[in-house]
Amino acid sequence: MSTLTALNTLTPKDLASDQEVRWCPGCGDYSILAQMKKALAGLGIPREKFVFISGIGCSSRFPYYMNTYGFHTIHGRAPAIATGLKLARPDLSVWVITGDGDGLSIGGNHLIHAIRRNMDLKIILFNNEIYGLTKGQYSPTSRIGTRTKSSPLGSIDTPLRPLSLALGADATFVARTLDVDINHLTETLKRAAAHKGTAFVEVYQNCKIFNDGVFEYATDKSVKAENVLHLQHGRPLVFGKDRNKGIRLHGLNPEVVELGNGIALDDLLVHDEKASEPSLAYLLSRMVYPDFPECVGVFRCVERPTYEDVLNKQMNDLIATRGAGKLEDLFASDETWVVE
Amino acid sequence: MTVLNPSTTRTHHPIPVEEIGEATIRLAGDSGDGMQLAGTQFTHTSALLGNDISTLPDFPAEIRAPAGTLAGVSGFQIHFSSNDIHTPGDQLNTLVAMNPAALKTNLKDLEPGGILVVNADAFGTGDLHKAGYENNPLEDGSLKNYRLIAVPITKLNREAVSELKLSTREADRCKNFFALGLVYWLYERSLEPTLRWIQSKFGKNPAVMEANTRALKAGYNYGETTEAMPVHYRVTRAKIPPGRYRKITGNEALAIGLTAASKQAGLPLVYASYPITPASDILHQLSELKRYGVRTLQAEDEIAAIAAAVGASFAGTLGVTGTSGPGICLKSEAIGLAVMTELPVVVIDVQRGGPSTGLPTKTEQADLLQAMFGRNGECPVCIVAPCSPADCFQMAFEAVRLAVGFMTPVLLLSDGYLANGAEPWLIPDPAKLPKIPVRFAQPHTGSNGTSNGAGNGTATFHPYERDARLVRPWAVPGTAGLEHRIGGLEKEDITGNVSYDPANHEHMVHTRAQKIANIAQEIPELSVMGPSEGDVLVLGWGGTYGSIVTACQRAQRKGWKVAQAHLRYLNPMPRNTGEVLKRYRKVLIPELNGGQLSMLIRSTYLVDAVGLNKIQGKPFLVSEIEAKIEELLRS
Repeated sequence: MSTLTALNTLTPKDLASDQEVRWCPGCGDYSILAQMKKALAGLGIPREKFVFISGIGCSSRFPYYMNTYGFHTIHGRAPAIATGLKLARPDLSVWVITGDGDGLSIGGNHLIHAIRRNMDLKIILFNNEIYGLTKGQYSPTSRIGTRTKSSPLGSIDTPLRPLSLALGADATFVARTLDVDINHLTETLKRAAAHKGTAFVEVYQNCKIFNDGVFEYATDKSVKAENVLHLQHGRPLVFGKDRNKGIRLHGLNPEVVELGNGIALDDLLVHDEKASEPSLAYLLSRMVYPDFPECVGVFRCVERPTYEDVLNKQMNDLIATRGAGKLEDLFASDETWVVE
Repeated sequence: MTVLNPSTTRTHHPIPVEEIGEATIRLAGDSGDGMQLAGTQFTHTSALLGNDISTLPDFPAEIRAPAGTLAGVSGFQIHFSSNDIHTPGDQLNTLVAMNPAALKTNLKDLEPGGILVVNADAFGTGDLHKAGYENNPLEDGSLKNYRLIAVPITKLNREAVSELKLSTREADRCKNFFALGLVYWLYERSLEPTLRWIQSKFGKNPAVMEANTRALKAGYNYGETTEAMPVHYRVTRAKIPPGRYRKITGNEALAIGLTAASKQAGLPLVYASYPITPASDILHQLSELKRYGVRTLQAEDEIAAIAAAVGASFAGTLGVTGTSGPGICLKSEAIGLAVMTELPVVVIDVQRGGPSTGLPTKTEQADLLQAMFGRNGECPVCIVAPCSPADCFQMAFEAVRLAVGFMTPVLLLSDGYLANGAEPWLIPDPAKLPKIPVRFAQPHTGSNGTSNGAGNGTATFHPYERDARLVRPWAVPGTAGLEHRIGGLEKEDITGNVSYDPANHEHMVHTRAQKIANIAQEIPELSVMGPSEGDVLVLGWGGTYGSIVTACQRAQRKGWKVAQAHLRYLNPMPRNTGEVLKRYRKVLIPELNGGQLSMLIRSTYLVDAVGLNKIQGKPFLVSEIEAKIEELLRS
């Protein structure tokens, strides 16, 4: 079949637009753009079916660089615009590109409501823990004490944890990955694409200019194995260069334990991304360096009907039982009278 | 079951009937007394009897203000006539006051010698105190200039439903229908439409159905058997154009008009809105219309509502949002985005008293300049404004036509008076509604006469290549070969790529403005009622039409050289507007604001227009406009 052939031959290069990419040299966004093209090329979805919607910020320039349909909108509103688009056109593959300021600060409300509705949107949040485009103010995810132009003595707001927030809004798919771990990034984007419903992905993304190295503990080859825990469904939570550490539940709290000395794999928490309750995923989302390794991978992946499917079902059921609406009936939907 | 109608089963007719041309009544009571419902029923019955009607519901913003207080009074005014009418009436012929607070707040509108029906049971010491009366007005002679009918409504109503074993509270809930029955007798209305309504509404609860039925009939029979008045009144059918009619409010007409436009354009409707008074009823109505392909989204906030509408329009459907003034403030940035990306979105503003939260349930026209200018940058939008409840159908249709025809946001300015007011609507024949042409860009062939992509991904589609009217193509996601990016950053002419070039920016600002100006070529000219030149032209816009036209008709009957014109298109204005204005010695602009249209007219056409401005949350009285016309003629 000819269209199938065409689909199979879609390459990452076909997804590159003719626009010059204008992020700073060394920015983590380059890697995300490259892996996105790689991930989408293999999905078997024609190019014209992809739509990228973004808000404002460095990450939100992303749609300009994809040769798909794209909409660079206004600050924080991308999930709401994507909601209208997806309601109107459920057949499209709709991706929201946002950042920690755009998605969690000015647009926090839209983010939580898109997630709770379980719109079939892929929301990719580039978290660099800083405002880049406005030249270096602290963001809602900046760690306490972060010194920036607007927090010269160190920021004093408690940071939001994006995945905890998404889980609080009953997200059906929640994952975390890193800009520099390109294979993991590609696989995570593919998992998100395969999910029916809102897929929320946090990407640790380095801002070379204003917050360089903030994720070094998770990306530096010499230490990352001790600080990052790769989640795998059905497997115990093990980490460390020698795979000798794990996470055990102590009461309601996680604790780091070393295997051996009477502690076996059986004593560790086992990851279950399909758990109907999000409690375990939430607990994992709260594990923060340096007290804990930080988890990457899929925290949660469960099924729930999407908003647009339920809406369309309501509509189609009504039409099936009562017929499609006719204007003459609508006009006369109240009592009428005739003037001779 | 046969419903007996007392007015048709009477065998004799002891009380004379006086035929009158028209009447204005108001039902007023506590906000828990069901006055809005009774008023709606009276309106409905009068419409079915063939009267022309115009209504003015007036209710507090609080759902239940403390019972019996002045703040809690809710009223419903109906003007019904055997002639063509345009307003809910200046002065009341009959006032029904269910408690002292309702009497106190409404009596000033009752004409001298008017009929005053009161619930005498509600005038105890406590009730009087709550309304601020020191003496009982029913007894102190202060009402001697009115024809007072003091009826123990509470007691009589309880007796009427006593067999049904209802609680006192349940029984008292029917007393609005007792009062309604009495007014039906007074104006010789049939009970049948309301009895039918009671049956359909309460059919599942036989006791309540029976109680309301008995209350309504008891009120009617009370009027007849006690000969409450020495005369009762008849208002015959109106001489209005032939055809099939229904009663319609402005909000109903907007919902129906949008749905009809969506059908005629072949575009599914996506209506996203956040609940706000007085616009919420549009969302309620449209959410019932799923069979018509209407999708509604109750968004998380005002911004999300317009954002979803913009997203729906980008997707190639008809994105519409509706709100009131405070919501427009929140939507401003996204309206700007739709201007920059040139997407068709309809934004409804059902105006209410402002600023800020203002007077949520009262009418005002003070958002005109906000609609014109309330955004950052040079940001022109098309603006239309219906002039009556039924006209909301026509202008909703027009808003859609212009939005998709010119790829632009269109702001539709309704108001609280139009939204909740009702009038008869001559139902159009759906087969005769015009089609709304929609041309999506196609690969290879192009749209709007422009060339674009070859569809194989090698040639480039130009999303900002325009037709002769300066309209850009609508290229819908999912169309192979037209992949493109749009956004809020300034666009390079033709390609739509991001551009910070100074000359390009100025060019694009002028282009967007000229595109909106071009709309003037595709809307009707401004028409004038009255002499084509003369002393005074009364120029209005929006919901003040009824008062203005009635005042001008009266002035003309006096032989004055007064003409009237009404702007239903405010940006751009009809192409002959300036020429019309110059034909009159004086231009009077009545507005329910501080002079916003006046400012636009004065600055655009250099005409020394005179304003008549009222900012009380209420529509104009005809007499107010008439007096101003007279003042201008004498000056």
